[in-house]
Amino acid sequence: MTTTSPNSPLVVESSPPPIAQSGPVAWLRKHLFNTWYNTLLTVILAVVMLLAVWGIFNWAFRLAEWAVVPNNLALFMSGLYPAAQRSRIWAMLGVNVAMAGVTWGLLARNQAQLFGRSILIGVGILCAGLIIFPLTRPSAVALIGMVVLTLACAWGGKALGQRKLNLTQFLSAAWFLVYSISLLILAGGDIRNSLLFLVATIVLSIWLASIVFNVLTKFSVVDAISGNTVGIWAMRVLWFGGSLALFLPVYGFLNVPLPLKIVTMVTYIAFVSLLVPILADRRTLTTFVVAASMFGLGCFLITVVADLIGGTIGLQAIGTNNWGGLTLTLFLAITGIALCFPIGVLMALGRRSNLPIIKGLSIAYIELIRGVPLISILFMGQVMIPLFLPEGVRPDNIVRAIVGLTLFSSAYLAENVRAGLQAIPRGQSEAAASLGLNNPLTLSLIVLPQALKTAIPAIVGQFISLFQDTTLLGIVGLVELLGISNSILANPKYLGDYSEAYLFIAMLYWFFCYAMSLGSRRIELALNTER
Amino acid sequence: MTQTDMTMTNQSNGQSNGNVGSEAVIVAKDVEKWYDNGFNVLKGVSLDVYKGEVVVVMGPSGSGKSTFIRTFNALEPYQKGKITIDGIEISHDLKNIEEVRREVGMVFQQFNLFPHLTVLQNVTLAPIWVRKQKKREAEEIAMQLLERVGILAQANKFPGQMSGGQQQRVAIARSLAMQPKIMLFDEPTSALDPEMVREVLDVMRGLADSGMTMVCVTHEVGFAREVADRVVLMDEGLLVEENTPDEFFNNPQEDRSKKFLSQIL
Amino acid sequence: MASRSNSPISGIQSLLRDERFWKIAFQALIVLFVVDLLWHFSATLNDNMLGRGINFGFGFLGNPAGFAIGESLLDYQAQDAYSKVIQVGIINSLRVMIVGVILATTVGITAGVASFSDNWLLYKISRAYVGLVRNVPLLLQLFFWYLAVFFSFPAPRNPFLFPNANMSWLVLSKKGIYIPGPAFTPATWTGIILLAVSLLLIGLVFNSVKVVRSGSYRGGVGPLLGYGFSLLMIPVLLVAEFFLLFNWDAEKGLYFKGAFPSLMSSPQGLWVIVLLALIIPLVVLARWRTQVIVEQGQSGKPQLVAIALLLLLGLGILLFALGWESPVAALKDDGTFTGGVTGGLKLSLEYAAIVTGLTFYTGAFIAEIVRAGIQSVSQGQWEAARSLGLNSGLAMRMVVFPQALRVIIPPLNSEFANLAKNSSLALAIGYPDLYSVANTTFNQTGRPVEVFLLMMATYLIINLLISFNMNQLNSAVQFKER
Repeated sequence: MTTTSPNSPLVVESSPPPIAQSGPVAWLRKHLFNTWYNTLLTVILAVVMLLAVWGIFNWAFRLAEWAVVPNNLALFMSGLYPAAQRSRIWAMLGVNVAMAGVTWGLLARNQAQLFGRSILIGVGILCAGLIIFPLTRPSAVALIGMVVLTLACAWGGKALGQRKLNLTQFLSAAWFLVYSISLLILAGGDIRNSLLFLVATIVLSIWLASIVFNVLTKFSVVDAISGNTVGIWAMRVLWFGGSLALFLPVYGFLNVPLPLKIVTMVTYIAFVSLLVPILADRRTLTTFVVAASMFGLGCFLITVVADLIGGTIGLQAIGTNNWGGLTLTLFLAITGIALCFPIGVLMALGRRSNLPIIKGLSIAYIELIRGVPLISILFMGQVMIPLFLPEGVRPDNIVRAIVGLTLFSSAYLAENVRAGLQAIPRGQSEAAASLGLNNPLTLSLIVLPQALKTAIPAIVGQFISLFQDTTLLGIVGLVELLGISNSILANPKYLGDYSEAYLFIAMLYWFFCYAMSLGSRRIELALNTER
Repeated sequence: MTQTDMTMTNQSNGQSNGNVGSEAVIVAKDVEKWYDNGFNVLKGVSLDVYKGEVVVVMGPSGSGKSTFIRTFNALEPYQKGKITIDGIEISHDLKNIEEVRREVGMVFQQFNLFPHLTVLQNVTLAPIWVRKQKKREAEEIAMQLLERVGILAQANKFPGQMSGGQQQRVAIARSLAMQPKIMLFDEPTSALDPEMVREVLDVMRGLADSGMTMVCVTHEVGFAREVADRVVLMDEGLLVEENTPDEFFNNPQEDRSKKFLSQIL
Repeated sequence: MASRSNSPISGIQSLLRDERFWKIAFQALIVLFVVDLLWHFSATLNDNMLGRGINFGFGFLGNPAGFAIGESLLDYQAQDAYSKVIQVGIINSLRVMIVGVILATTVGITAGVASFSDNWLLYKISRAYVGLVRNVPLLLQLFFWYLAVFFSFPAPRNPFLFPNANMSWLVLSKKGIYIPGPAFTPATWTGIILLAVSLLLIGLVFNSVKVVRSGSYRGGVGPLLGYGFSLLMIPVLLVAEFFLLFNWDAEKGLYFKGAFPSLMSSPQGLWVIVLLALIIPLVVLARWRTQVIVEQGQSGKPQLVAIALLLLLGLGILLFALGWESPVAALKDDGTFTGGVTGGLKLSLEYAAIVTGLTFYTGAFIAEIVRAGIQSVSQGQWEAARSLGLNSGLAMRMVVFPQALRVIIPPLNSEFANLAKNSSLALAIGYPDLYSVANTTFNQTGRPVEVFLLMMATYLIINLLISFNMNQLNSAVQFKER
């Protein structure tokens, strides 16, 4: 029992707040009408908004001619892809959507509830939108099916992630696999000419080579060779021959004067072919040469065996001229960002290097490309690439476009990665060095993983920009989403339907970009839960 | 007398640890270094460190003491003089630098643990990738070391989830995993809250008792008095005075030593 | 004892193990590869061009162009030389960039500040604007503005007049947008644009002078190169400034007169010079006033009066001396419109579309930058300022905004650069900016390489100007730290 002075109350009961502190009226007062200028502003804005909304709804539901969208839906989505093969587009979508769902589930495996309220609301709006949008009935149903597939795979991914802990490290490899499969489905053609086959050959050869190598190590063959004088000289000769064999074909075709060719060749031979084997210790050299030979042999064997199977295995080949619409946009964006990644990281590292030549070249590359408009690079690609190549070599339009997009994006990505690298304190590389880790190891194990994690928001922002930049390819003649819309609008039947068509694809772009920025925030959170 | 008894007696007598060997594992002779902006940070420093010895380097800030010990594992290049670690000269020779870094471990003021790896991964990283040990082997050794520094329970946590004192102990274990012959400490407790300084100093004390050659830059006078075999004072890029802890703290010879001690004691 | 061989290593082995050797060797190899690659490409290019019968060279610039340009501030006829075409393009691009930067910054700052408003409606509208515009590609927005909005303007014979037919402030038709404007000749507008560019160049001159005066070329290849480059740049820039400002001959090489001759060629231009010259005494007076208040404790009233008078004078000149006119739709005798419009300022639909699109698109990004900048200033700063007795206006101006600027300016730099580069999309909607005319030029002459080099060099220089000046601004707002 506390003692109190005679005039102060013992306990002050809490009394209810004055009226109009809470409740909808109070909220309105606080947020919309609290001062005279705010009241005025609210009134003006409300009037303007209401007029605008009424005008938009009036236009959208009465005046607009929405026929242009459902009538040309296939064109918007996949361009001039043959109608009979359109199921392949759906298959591709299905594979990617499933993988996206699994990724989502895996990354969110530690969350208590996978499908939170906001997600369910989002999904609900999405499905409602799919029904309201001017789409053809079957497409709308199929798309809703895709949404369901995503959710199912997410659930499956979460279950899988909870059971096996280390699956996240395989995510990038899995996505690369999905990309190769998608490319195969899209382009068709003999499976032996596809990226998937190339990847499979490499992986298989590595696996075979490692098996053979383990056997050899068991019988101490490697040590025997490196100990034996004849053996080590054989290894050195193999290295010399191999590096020359890889270099000469490329070099032979270069259009440079002979003295320069000779100087470069001699320098190359001196450093790479002759000096490296002297510098490296015997065991490393033997290991490398043996492993590389096994790998090469494996690739060769697989290719030969595959070629023995006659005829064509695979889907009907669809040339790149027939790719278009949203499919082409997505393909260009994804390929562009995938290719620009290694180049961008290299340039960022080069810019931070202490070697003046490397630093200067990187800065020159980055600043030159960042200083010019993208459209000039794309046009340069379309118009000038044939001029830089020998007579008769005419790369595909899409290849030129991808080269342009990749060059452009890599310069911007380099700056984003550089920011991430700068955020790593110097002490990290000092600690690694003091533990004996050499430069390549420090980079790959310590510096780059941390830098890339920090740079994820900027990298995803770059991807969103790249996705939006694919629209510029419409001006250079490719029929990606914007380009094909313009072709459709050129049809006299749909003359003047600009607003309808543009609004439709604007919604598509908006949906993808917004989803990506949401996804980036989720990825960041998911990776940070490791902490 | 057991080894522990002997060290305890010696410590209470203020004498140097009787385990100092006779071969010099660090021989630094007339080392001079200039920064890129022309500042002469080391003006000709010579120091010999013997096997099993614990040398404490003290001095005002800017005296070059951190820079000096960082030349011992080739983190800082030097322009003049000669430094030999366990017979290997530190020069531009790549192989030599690699070998030196395997023999010398370093503990930093800012711990510099790798935040994206667990404690266990931090400790096993270098043995696996540099000494090419097998993962299981490396993990066994790591667990032993973590137990020795008292962090075994946290082996699967990330550095960000631990206190400063715990992180520094992990950093010590990480360096020890490479089985170095010499350990360098660059102000290991300066970034720690006072209550955590003790636990780190205890680990360093245990390390000294086990016969490790240690060179420490520190302001911890108590540690210097009790554990060091020699205390060295550096000021403005020069080695001013070196003596046993007793002599150094009680009987400083140089004026600059007296001035420095009056500021820290 | 360490287990390694004590055997002496041979000379070449020690060379191979020396890290300095490998640094040099590696760079030498890279240089060789790059030189090879560049040589290969330029040689192949040369062969291919010769195969088409074209010699690399810029002589074609003197040839007559033979195509019309939609709009031009320089007096351009179809038979004028290609070099004039390029200059017309550059000036058209500058028109878009300068106006775009000013408008986009205004929109961006408004939307950014609005996102801190306590009016819920305003807040939501600004967030919706940013979220909508940032996620739709710029080109699509440009097409939308041009084709869906501006093209739906009425035919010239039936223009939209605001407020009424007798006294119009705004005339809208498919021919263009007409707003009230000062009676400037094209030369006056050109003069203003050139003045703006020369101001940007001055920043570059100051930077080079600073680098040369600091004299620090020790410390490696980098600073030495920077020093040499700045040394070189000073005379180059001074010459460029001279031509921009004082070029008298408008028919040889440069097809425009310098800023001052252009402005002095018409009475309104002279008034513009007077107006701009008023800035100097204004700045001096403002500084003097601050000095008088801070150092001598006086009230600064006389200076304030002088400033006010100068501002009034300026306002007077602005309103009355520049000859403002309203657009008047020409009427036929029977009261219907001919489609022509006299007076006022004409903005072509293409120009309006590119400026509107760029303004709203870039404005959304700038809004986000401003928002992040203001958010970065901690609440404690506000509280400290208020507790010192500063009212909210002073607190914003003296405490919060300068700190926010530190965070705002670097990304603003790249946004301005992006706007300058995005202006090249004018090609898609038919506005004859630099890229558009360059495109037509290389299609006609069959010389993509030379034209691309010219065009890319121009964009690079513009980027450089923006970046240098923003960096100067950036250094000015940094804190001095230990």
